[in-house]
Amino acid sequence: MKRQVHDMAEKTKGDKRGRGKMTETKNPMMTFRRLMRYVLSSYGIQYVLVAILILVGVLANVQGIMFTKNLIDDYITPLLLAEHADFGPLAGAIGKVAIFYGIGIISVYAYNRIMVNITQGTLQKLRNDLFSHMELLPIKFFDTHAHGDIMSIYTNDIDTLRQMISQSIPQVLSSMITIVSVFVSMLMLSIPLTVVTLVMVAIMLISTKTLAGMSGKYFVKQQVDLGKVNGYIEEMMDGQKVVKVFCHEEESIKNFKNLNDNLFDSADKANAFANQLGPVNTQLGNISYVVCAIVGGAFALNQIGGLTLGALASFLTFNRSFSMPINQVSQQLNAIVMALAGAERIFQLLDEEPEVDEGYVTLVSVKKENGVLVESETRTGHWAWKHVHQVDGTVDYVELEGDVVFNGVDFGYDEKKIVLHDVVLYAKPGQKIAFVGSTGAGKTTITNLINRFYSIQDGKIRYDGININKIQLPDLRRSLGIVLQDTHLFTGTVKENIRYGKLDASEEEIVAAAKLANADGFIRRLPQGYDTLLTGDGTNLSQGQRQLLAIARAAIADPPVLILDEATSSIDTRTERIVQDGMDKLMKGRTTFVIAHRLSTVRNSDCIMVLEQGRIIERGTHEQLMDEQGRYYQLYTGNAISA
Amino acid sequence: MIKTLMKQVKEFKRDSIFTPLCMILEVIMETAIPFLMASIIDEGVTKGNLRHIYVVGGWMVAAAAVGLAAGMIGGRFGARASTGFARNLRESMFRNIQNYSFSNIDKFSTAGLVTRLTTDVTNLQNAYQMILRMFTRAPASLLCAMFMAFRINGRLASIYLAAVILLGGALFLIMSRATKYFQQAFPKYDDMNASVQENVSAIRVVKAYVREEHEISKFKKTSYNIYKIFFKAECNLVFNAPLMQVTVYTCVLLISWLGAKMIVVDALTTGELMSLLAYCMNILMSLMMLSMVFVMITMSAASARRISEVLNETSDIHNPENPDYEVTDGSIEFSHVDFAYGQESKESVLKDINLKIHSGETIGIIGGTGSAKTSLINLISRLYDVTGGEILVGGKDVRSYDMETLRNEVSVVLQKNVLFSGTILENLRWGDKDATQEECERACRLACADEFIEKMPDKYETYIEQGGSNVSGGQKQRLCIARALLKKPKILIMDDSTSAVDTSTDAKIRKAFAEEIPDTTKIIIAQRISSVQQADRVIVMEEGRISGFGTHEELLESNEIYREVYESQTRGGGDFDEKAGA
Repeated sequence: MKRQVHDMAEKTKGDKRGRGKMTETKNPMMTFRRLMRYVLSSYGIQYVLVAILILVGVLANVQGIMFTKNLIDDYITPLLLAEHADFGPLAGAIGKVAIFYGIGIISVYAYNRIMVNITQGTLQKLRNDLFSHMELLPIKFFDTHAHGDIMSIYTNDIDTLRQMISQSIPQVLSSMITIVSVFVSMLMLSIPLTVVTLVMVAIMLISTKTLAGMSGKYFVKQQVDLGKVNGYIEEMMDGQKVVKVFCHEEESIKNFKNLNDNLFDSADKANAFANQLGPVNTQLGNISYVVCAIVGGAFALNQIGGLTLGALASFLTFNRSFSMPINQVSQQLNAIVMALAGAERIFQLLDEEPEVDEGYVTLVSVKKENGVLVESETRTGHWAWKHVHQVDGTVDYVELEGDVVFNGVDFGYDEKKIVLHDVVLYAKPGQKIAFVGSTGAGKTTITNLINRFYSIQDGKIRYDGININKIQLPDLRRSLGIVLQDTHLFTGTVKENIRYGKLDASEEEIVAAAKLANADGFIRRLPQGYDTLLTGDGTNLSQGQRQLLAIARAAIADPPVLILDEATSSIDTRTERIVQDGMDKLMKGRTTFVIAHRLSTVRNSDCIMVLEQGRIIERGTHEQLMDEQGRYYQLYTGNAISA
Repeated sequence: MIKTLMKQVKEFKRDSIFTPLCMILEVIMETAIPFLMASIIDEGVTKGNLRHIYVVGGWMVAAAAVGLAAGMIGGRFGARASTGFARNLRESMFRNIQNYSFSNIDKFSTAGLVTRLTTDVTNLQNAYQMILRMFTRAPASLLCAMFMAFRINGRLASIYLAAVILLGGALFLIMSRATKYFQQAFPKYDDMNASVQENVSAIRVVKAYVREEHEISKFKKTSYNIYKIFFKAECNLVFNAPLMQVTVYTCVLLISWLGAKMIVVDALTTGELMSLLAYCMNILMSLMMLSMVFVMITMSAASARRISEVLNETSDIHNPENPDYEVTDGSIEFSHVDFAYGQESKESVLKDINLKIHSGETIGIIGGTGSAKTSLINLISRLYDVTGGEILVGGKDVRSYDMETLRNEVSVVLQKNVLFSGTILENLRWGDKDATQEECERACRLACADEFIEKMPDKYETYIEQGGSNVSGGQKQRLCIARALLKKPKILIMDDSTSAVDTSTDAKIRKAFAEEIPDTTKIIIAQRISSVQQADRVIVMEEGRISGFGTHEELLESNEIYREVYESQTRGGGDFDEKAGA
């Protein structure tokens, strides 16, 4: 109960998907152990302290209940008989109890407070670990996992885990300590009554299990029905305008009503059973209490088993305190199972293999002294590949020029299905290579191989004569600039977004890059100019403007090799011309791979590759290809090069 | 807001009334037990009356049994009331949304509507159940226990009253402070989600620029912010448990001390003391419960507000009183048409549009993004209403037609189009639910969809996944065109519907239209000049106005924008021009 408010707080925001998926935990015990190891590795001592404090808190409570016995038997009953009522000893006893209570209260506060440290600390660490690990995963991971699922790990799964760490585990711990100490105390007071209590608890457990089983059956059905209803809602809301256009309203209401009624049916039954749990347990607890009262009363009256009135009073309170933690544990079980399923997904992500980087060739700043390349500490604007030979430790410097060679490259997103076949290409420094072909022909795929977003199955890719597998990934990527077709910007100012290409760029460099990309004009017209805040992937800018920013971002990085994926038709003519112009300026003097949609880009390329179904079927300059009258000729005369 | 929502209880009113009644009965029975207990101790044990113990014991068992029954029945009713309430909410919202006009839909985003229909309803269902059960149970239990305590001994019971006031006040303070922090936490939480989202979708950019470390350090800042705020909120909540204990323990000790003194002077019995101690727990636990439930219910207020927004939204487009059920021909006339989205927006999207389209004409529309091409055509089938002027279809104002009739005769292929889960045939029959297989096939032939459908293993019975995710963009567009054709409309409007279809197929579709459905008025919005240049006439849109209207040749001659677009799309193709001309 204690933390439920908190759950609501995070849930209303976090549970955006709200789909309530049911996942089976494969190995709950292993996940649990791993989770505990994770928590204890940073908070081991604190957790031990928590356990001790819980014990103290429980004992303080138990001694308080025991005091009822003393109060009645040792003080009130004698006082009733005494001629002179002396309340001094009573006051002393109460004082002693109060001190124990005080210690108990302090323990409870302390353990709750420490739990905040542990919980929030662990969650923060978990989030950071998740994110740090995620950033290192290969692109393939993001291709093969729905973005919503990844998001839900950060929100839903961490959320359920919070509940488990902060609430379930300490509660189970405290319940167990309570059960043991109360049980011992009950035994001390009266063995027969303890037996009666145990019988009642057994009945409670059995009925809980039966009810939970029945409601569980319907909960599964409810979950399935809920999934159907939510799926239908999503589909219909997404197509609501189509529904209107086709006057399909009545139909969709009919279908919805059907699904909704099914959901009501199973939800009603599931909840009806689940709702029995509360009253059954409380009232069975009451009956247990009553039975103990009757039996105990009879015992006390007949002096059986030495049960005094005070002992009975204490026992009855213990009776209450015994069934309560049992209920609590059974309630926590469900939460724990759910949290473990979440934890499993979290660990799954943490277990994903990060990108392989076995490269040892690095990119260093150099200067030329007497025609020899010498490594330089400071940034010179000249770069070279530093190649430390593994055999003898000699060092070679190869100047960074931007020469890219593909040799018999085969590639498939999954091993069995090859999508690129025997790709051969040569790009000399400063050349412009264009890829054309219809959607799905493999244009983007080729460019994704150069910067090793994906690893090739067969063949070799060389960069300035070096196999790209030997180059350290970060250095390889730093030497390549890329402008993607769908532009992604980051939350932050325009300036920060351009600076993304070079984190230490000065104001002047930023403006210069923006000017080169033709972005300066529109940026100055924005309300806060370069300091305008972009949110949600730059939705406050037009697509053309976003593309210009992406070009500026690539420009400031100043890489020798560029990969450009041209924008498609959705920007208007004028912006398009400006974007085109920006791209042209950027390409000057660099080796450029361009995925072209526009004739103008293609025509002046040094080499045009025509791709079809993963193969280069034609190559050559514009004139050569036009003379061939092949596929390129067809595409070209069909006006646009691709759709 | 509450009134709107309460209307949705409908047939579950009975359940909604019985649930709290059962809860109250359960509470009364529960409260009776410690009272009877006192009697067992005082009359039975102390006075040695065994019979009395059994009789009163019997009463106690009976009370517990009645309590059990009441609790179970209450649970049953509560489940029905809350799940039924949720069902009604969902259904009413869904029904109302079906009546929404396009502008109503625009007001709520798709994601917004989905959240309201799913998560928000679940929140309200839980809140409603909580109100019916816990929110009656806790105060009832508090009051009953307090009442009994006062009946036993007014002086001692006033300690409880004081405790309730003090603890209640303290809980209120803690909760409101914690809630304040939680509210502050929401935006931080959003920040974190945005950051993850951004990195997941832009991972290629991150990796291309080798900015992993940069992003990680950014994320750590965000996650630290969340940590900080939740830490503060939790540190407030931490006081709850010890505070509760302080109160309980103080009460217990005070009662023990004062009670003992009273017993000695015969103002109280031992049994009464014991039942007072039992009521102490009842009262304070109920109070604690109440404060929690209260906060939880307050938190669902946001969901309640969002749901009632959907329920209270009324469509702004209605059927006329004596609608016309026949559209005579496919002619369209715009006369001084002004249009703006939403009443409040001052910015007109369309300004004083006048144009006349003859029945059976093929009209192309071209213009930059934001030039209001889509807005223009959406007015024809009355997806939106004009804010000024009028539009005539078949010679009559569109507002005089029965909406279903109008929309069946004016078939629009939307720009952002969707297919639904189901077979291809089922999807096609959205256009005409009685269409025969042959009719469907013919429509697909016209839309050039037949070739790829025939290649699929199950042909027309191929199952389309939700959102058409198992067909390509171009295939989807062609299926959508076929679906619209099945209405056999007098006017067919295609809003950039072939953008993902390759140029030769695009040309084939246009050719088929010209030959097979010559009498249908065809309006084609396109980005490519090639898609519109063979139209009878072309409209050039620019910033909500018609900049030019005429044939391809006329526009090349007279319209600068058209010429510019034309040149840019064929630029670099000096030889292309020759070939196109040849």
